[in-house]
Amino acid sequence: MRALFLPTILLAAVMFVAAPWLIDGAPTESTMGFVQKIFYFHVPSWMVMFSAVFLCGIAGAIHLFKRSAAADRVAAASAEIAAVFGIIGLITGPLWARKAWGVWWQWDARLTSALILELILIAYLLLRRYGGPGSEKLASGVALFGMANVPFVYWSVNVWRTVHPKTTVVPSLGPGMRGTFWWCSLAFVLLGGALLAARLRIERLRARVDELYLER
Amino acid sequence: MRRMLAAALLATTLGIPPVSAQPRPAQEEFVPVTDAETEQLPAAPLVMSAYAVAWLLIFMYLWSLGRRLSRVERELDELGQRGTPKGR
Repeated sequence: MRALFLPTILLAAVMFVAAPWLIDGAPTESTMGFVQKIFYFHVPSWMVMFSAVFLCGIAGAIHLFKRSAAADRVAAASAEIAAVFGIIGLITGPLWARKAWGVWWQWDARLTSALILELILIAYLLLRRYGGPGSEKLASGVALFGMANVPFVYWSVNVWRTVHPKTTVVPSLGPGMRGTFWWCSLAFVLLGGALLAARLRIERLRARVDELYLER
Repeated sequence: MRRMLAAALLATTLGIPPVSAQPRPAQEEFVPVTDAETEQLPAAPLVMSAYAVAWLLIFMYLWSLGRRLSRVERELDELGQRGTPKGR
């Protein structure tokens, strides 16, 4: 894991350096105009967020049912990554909405459920930080709720009436937009993976420090 | 008093707007303006802000990770320098 960190973060950095040129060269969207270019960072940040929430939920379930300390460390690390990328999504979204919809925020199904998902993750992190001994199990339960919320957030635009673009937008992207979008998505996934590896290393070292204190 | 409180609570629950939130009277005439273009919201500052915020958050998180990692590595080194644990 440690050996993979440097090449992953370097590759992500190279991709991010090239990203502005690709984004600038991508065609301007017909109805939203230039502001639609936020899409190339907004959607990939949610992709990383959703993946990290899933990882957190699965690791939480393993910890809950098999009492695996390693799974608990994965859950803690991925929850933090999910919260960070969720905040990026929740800030870039309103900046896009201000121009596209004329408002910063709309209490529709997609935006509200995404906010709830972020709040669940913050609750998870607060529970782990201030919950005291044994809070890991409660936090694992919260992680499961977070994971269950992801499909609702994703499908909300297709089920309920909302001003947010539908999930069909990504598969139907034109050639100029598609390449740029997947380039940025891969860069975000690599960055998320590298950050997760670094965060996991902190968890592992902390566990080692705790072991050493207990041995004394 | 209790009835008034109950009525206020009911109005809040049903989403009835208070008196101050009543809509403004209907407009009776339209006044043309010559500088309508300046009212349009430019997209560039919003796009730049979105990318700047994303990068700021990523770098802040990287800095936080680096700080925490060096702290825990230092703690581990200190524990290692203190020698082997008792009973070993």
